[in-house]
Amino acid sequence: MIKGIISNGLYNNNAIFKQMLGLCPTLAVSTSSMNALGMGLATTAVLTGSNFVISIVAKYIPKNVRIPSYIVIIACFVTIIDQMMKANLYSLHKVLGIFIPLIVVNCIVLGRAEAFASKNKPLYSIIDGLSVGLGFTIALFILGSFREIIGAGTFFEMPVMLSSYNPLLIAILPPGAFLFLGFILAGKQFLDDKLKGEK
Amino acid sequence: MEHFLLLFIGAALVNNIVLSRFLGICPFMGVSKSSETAVGMSLSVAFVMTISSTVSFIIDKFVLIPLGLENLRTIVFILIIAALVQFVEMVIEKTLPQLYAGLGIYLPLITTNCAVLGVALLNVQYDYSFLEMIIFSFGTATGFGLALVLFSLLRERIEYSTVPKYFKGMPIVFIMAGILSLAFMGFSGMVK
Repeated sequence: MIKGIISNGLYNNNAIFKQMLGLCPTLAVSTSSMNALGMGLATTAVLTGSNFVISIVAKYIPKNVRIPSYIVIIACFVTIIDQMMKANLYSLHKVLGIFIPLIVVNCIVLGRAEAFASKNKPLYSIIDGLSVGLGFTIALFILGSFREIIGAGTFFEMPVMLSSYNPLLIAILPPGAFLFLGFILAGKQFLDDKLKGEK
Repeated sequence: MEHFLLLFIGAALVNNIVLSRFLGICPFMGVSKSSETAVGMSLSVAFVMTISSTVSFIIDKFVLIPLGLENLRTIVFILIIAALVQFVEMVIEKTLPQLYAGLGIYLPLITTNCAVLGVALLNVQYDYSFLEMIIFSFGTATGFGLALVLFSLLRERIEYSTVPKYFKGMPIVFIMAGILSLAFMGFSGMVK
């Protein structure tokens, strides 16, 4: 059970690459590996917390008002994370800006609450929140790293390309986000196809 | 007058909410398969976005700021939006049943459209006056509709073209969105 939850969250049903959920923050904050990591971990924290609380209270919530109730629970966790990041990681908070409060409407978080946490035990829900969140973080990190390396020639703000490398600015501009995600998805389809062929 | 016109163009074209701010990507990708649903979705988003920003703005100015509760903005705004969407849904169902049947599932989904909450939060961040706020919200909604309808027309076309094997499905859609976004970058510089 636990193993299944983890592999589903991390790869098989990866939130970005497979389910196409949570695309707004993915495209917007993946301009560098650092931003991608920060956003991914913030979402993971919210997801784990909200999954845990919702799995406990789900049976007491009437069916008709469950979505608004879930949103309020999620909004509470988002506000906590928002305030914590403002206090401790001010520069990161400033870069991510409006996308931290917007975790509330990230479809991944509400999706997991509805599809998993409301039907499962707290322990499983925590594991599910963590693995889906980490799957999201990894996908975000891959996209962010690609864009930073190609668009700025750096990785975690350290230069990794030759000094003669001329950064391809388009990669960190908005169109680059769409183009790179498109190419990564095509690469994944290619990879999946090759893996299937081996079996 | 010029200021308001520039604000409108800036919100609709230069800083297009979907293609340069990346808000509302989920409906942008999800509902753009046919141009008919795209038009319905854009109209309902425009409606909800303008009303919800106005209500959020008024509540923020007259309730949250006087009481010093700015920290609760996220929670309060999302509740306003959820309640409004429910309300709009009921009104449309009673008064315009045809439109209601056409919009179907898209109406409740607006609650989780991050563009709607995003605009409400941006209005606060930019410290707009009441009139500026209305123009900004409406301009943003126009930009959302424009991008969505354009994109749905593109997607109807790509159905009939040959796409490389591994780019079938979502990858080509993202690459198309990238090219459309590139085209919209041409507007930058029009408004500071």
